[in-house]
Formats: sequence, structure tokens, C-alpha cells
Amino acid sequence: MNIYLPIAEMSVDVFLLLGMGAGVGFLSGLFGVGGGFLMTPLLIFIGVPPAVAVGTEANQIVASSVSGVLAHMRRGNVDFKMGAILTAGGFVGSGAGVWLFTVLRDLGLVDLLITLSYVVFLGIIGLLMLFESVRSMLRNRRTGGSGRKLHQHNWLHGLPFKTRFRRSRLYISALLPLGIGFFVGVLAAIMGVGGGFIMVPAMIYVLGMPTAVVVGTSLFQIIFVTANVTFLQSVTNQTVDLVLALLLLTGAVIGAQLGTKAGAKLHGEQLRGLLALMVLGVCAKLGVDLVKTPEDIYSIGEDF
Amino acid sequence: MRPPLIFGALVLLAASFAGGQTGKAGTPLIADLSDDLVAITTGFEGSDLLLFGTTEGEGDVIVVVRGAATDLVVRRKARVAGIWINRDEVRFTDVPNFYHVASSAPIEELLAIDLLRDEQIGIEQLVLQPTTELEDDDAIAYRAALVRNQQRRALYYSKVETVSFVGGRLFRTKVSFPANVQTGPYMAEVYLVQEGAIVSKAVTPLQVRKLGFEAEMFSFAQNQSALYGLIAIVVALMAGWLAGFVFRKI
Repeated sequence: MNIYLPIAEMSVDVFLLLGMGAGVGFLSGLFGVGGGFLMTPLLIFIGVPPAVAVGTEANQIVASSVSGVLAHMRRGNVDFKMGAILTAGGFVGSGAGVWLFTVLRDLGLVDLLITLSYVVFLGIIGLLMLFESVRSMLRNRRTGGSGRKLHQHNWLHGLPFKTRFRRSRLYISALLPLGIGFFVGVLAAIMGVGGGFIMVPAMIYVLGMPTAVVVGTSLFQIIFVTANVTFLQSVTNQTVDLVLALLLLTGAVIGAQLGTKAGAKLHGEQLRGLLALMVLGVCAKLGVDLVKTPEDIYSIGEDF
Repeated sequence: MRPPLIFGALVLLAASFAGGQTGKAGTPLIADLSDDLVAITTGFEGSDLLLFGTTEGEGDVIVVVRGAATDLVVRRKARVAGIWINRDEVRFTDVPNFYHVASSAPIEELLAIDLLRDEQIGIEQLVLQPTTELEDDDAIAYRAALVRNQQRRALYYSKVETVSFVGGRLFRTKVSFPANVQTGPYMAEVYLVQEGAIVSKAVTPLQVRKLGFEAEMFSFAQNQSALYGLIAIVVALMAGWLAGFVFRKI
């Protein structure tokens, strides 16, 4: 059964979209990630214009983050003060990202920008995660646990505007979360992701937040940043397809529940190792597309 | 939905044939479309229209369907540091966004090249004007690239469709619009050709338009984009909340 998407201006099988939503939803439930980094490239593979894929995926992430954050709020795993500062940085960052997106779209370079950002960030994060999970798997085999310190003190802790974050049990400069929020905001706008896959490691390794509050707080700020991206993409580029977002969402919600159940049966390190491999797989596919000689080196750009 | 449409068209065809015979004895060519509107609705997967008509006397028929004239940018990739990047671009003005030709015989056999060029019948004769001066090689390459890309998207024909005659004077042909067809005014031009000359020409306009829900969503997103963005956010918030609520109960 085909449906004509009003903004993407293409006819797609409804069940393909529901299936994609369910598949990515399952993986995001399994690994505890947003799944934007899988969905946006998938949408582009099936022929959705990259600009529409990015704008629409931001809208879908708003919804999936809301249902995720509610569960974390009930358990008290959201640091609202930290979330608010990350959001403030994210607002400015996503504004800058949408602006950059629009400029490059006019130059015909937006596809390249999206693909390059994916290759670079997925590559870095994937390798780090793989390395980390292999190391901890080996360590667990040798000894029982790890005696690592919560966080190291370095120059980052000498920055001004020190603030106390009670829920995270931290006393650090507000500039740190502000900067991280900004950076991830730019990526959210360009890549059509929530940015959890960068935000979460940054919160753990740069800010030194306790793992328990990391995911909830990350989801909390993702809602605001992706809502901002949705709004800005709607206004500047008119690239948010509400019909597409709702179809993906329907599948994703169901898939995520099944994924969460399946995830409970696997070990943390195994999960992270698998996720790392998947991230690297997407990265490799996109990287090959950049380097491989295209079928036709000429293409048509419209409306600009 | 297609069989009844064609059936209806055949009835119309018969009616117009009868009409042509009796009422308009002086007109050498009458042509019409099974529908003058291609409506893009929620289930749209492309659409076929039937173009039909009647001629007076012997002759061949050529049909040209053209979309609105738009500006297009053709971009050429080049390898930069191992990566393929859009490097050069050429802008073309007044390019039809749809181009379809059907004929009852190979068009080059029916009309001299000058005539084909005057009327822009056939892709080779289509005037595609770049806005910048180009070297000869580039001009040929970019023109070919434009045509090739439009053919890949099924917006330009790859093979001339046949116009078939029924009983000598009644003709019909199919015009296929793909799912990615663009909205706007279209023009179907029908030529009656006899002994290397265009004897008569009939022009039938048609529209490709989004209709109903699709049209409202699109114009809403375009014209009230801020409100559209806010609604998209609210819908997503509610959908997320609802999903969380439902699955907590299960």
C-alpha cells in the first residue's frame, strides 16, 4: 500500500516505513540510543531528499525522546539544572546548524556535509566504543571489577562560572555543559540526530556525570534541541514531513518496547560492542559512497 | 481504478468520433484527454491518461506533452582529496519539467529536421538553454546530463510512445505520469502530419495538482511554516507521551 508524502513529494510503501520504524526502534530500545543516526541514512537510501530526511527525523526524535524521558523522570534520573544548561547551548548550536545547513543547501553541498559528518562522527564514536567494550570484556575476564576513578581533574576544571549540580554531584564550570550542548546542537541540526551517541560519552568522560543520570538528562535536553531543529527547519527550509514522521514513529514505538525487553537479556559490554559494530557498519557504507565513483557524476538540483 | 477510466475514455472517444463526423466536418484534427487533471492524492502512484482523437483524411499523428518551464541546475562532481564533491554547476532556463513524445511513425521519417526543431519535437530538438557561455564539450556534456537525469526520473521519455490508429481515422495513445511528477500546468500538443508537412495542430491543456489532504499539508507547510513547525512539535510531544502512557499500562 503506497502513500504519497506531501513534503518529501514521493510515493512510498506504508509498510516499508512502518518496518523501518520498527527495526530502528527495536535497535534503539536494545541499545538505549535514539536511532536517528540509523534512520536518517536509511531514509536517504530509500530516496527521501536529504534535507527532508534530516528535518523529519528531528521531529520524530522529539516524540521518541518524550516517551523515553518520562520513564527516567519517574525514577528521578534527570538532572534538570544540567539539562537546562545543555539545552541553552543546544538552542544556539542548533540555530547555527540550521543556518549552516541552509547556506550549504544553496551551494549544493548539503549532501556532502551530511555524509561527511556521519562518517567522521560515527567513525570516531564507533571505534571508541568498540575499543572500550573489548577492553572491559577482557578486564572482566581477568579480574572481577574495575577500580577506575569517577573522573580525572584537568584544565577543564579550572574554567570560570563554577556551578553546583546537586543531582549529578558535580561542582564544575557552567561553560562545559554549555559548550557541549552547543556542539551537539550543531550536529543535531546537520545530521538529523538527537546526538545522544555523542552527548552520552561527553557527559561521562568530559563532565564526569554519574552513569545513572546520563541517559535521562541527555534525553531531556534532546527533546528541546530537536524541537528547536524541527521548528527552524520548518521555517527556513520547509522540510519537515509530518506524515512521514508519524509513520516512522508508530513503528518505532512498538519496536523500542520489544528492543528494551531483548536488551535486558544481554550484557552491557556485549551490547556496547554490538552497537559499536553497527555504528561502524553505517560509517563504512557512507564512507564507501563518498569515495566510490558515482554512477553519474552529473546530477540535477532544483528550486535553488 | 484504471479499467473504468479507460472504458469511460473509450465511450468519450466514440462520442467525439461521432461528433467529429457530423458536426465539425471542416476540422482536420480533434483531440482530447481522458482527464484534464492529474490529481496527486494520498494514494498517488503515478497516473496514465489516454489521449485520443480523430483525423480527417490520411496522415500521421505526433503527440508532444510538455510540463511547465522551470529553471534547473545541473551539477558535476569531481574528485577532491579522494572524495566526490559537486564542483561545477550550470544553470538552464525555461526547461520543461516533463517531456513526452508519441508518434504513429518514427518522427524523423515524418518531418524534416528543421520542422522538428521549429516545433521542438523530440529530445534532440529540445532547446535547452544554459545561462552561461560554455565550451563546446561542456555544453554537450551538460545537455546530455540534464536529459539523462530527467529520463532516469521518468520525467522525460526514453522511448517514443506509439500512437495507434483504429479504423484509419481514430487514434489513441497513452501518456504516463510517474509518481514524482511535478505540479503545474501541462500542455498536450497534437500534430497531424501529411507528406512531410504539419497540416493541423490541436492544443489541449491539463493540470497536475495536489488535491485534498496532500494539497492542504503542502500549502500549510509553505505558507504558515512557523505554525506548521509548532504543530509538528506538539503532535510529536503528544505522540511520545501517548506511547509512554500506553506501554506503561501494558
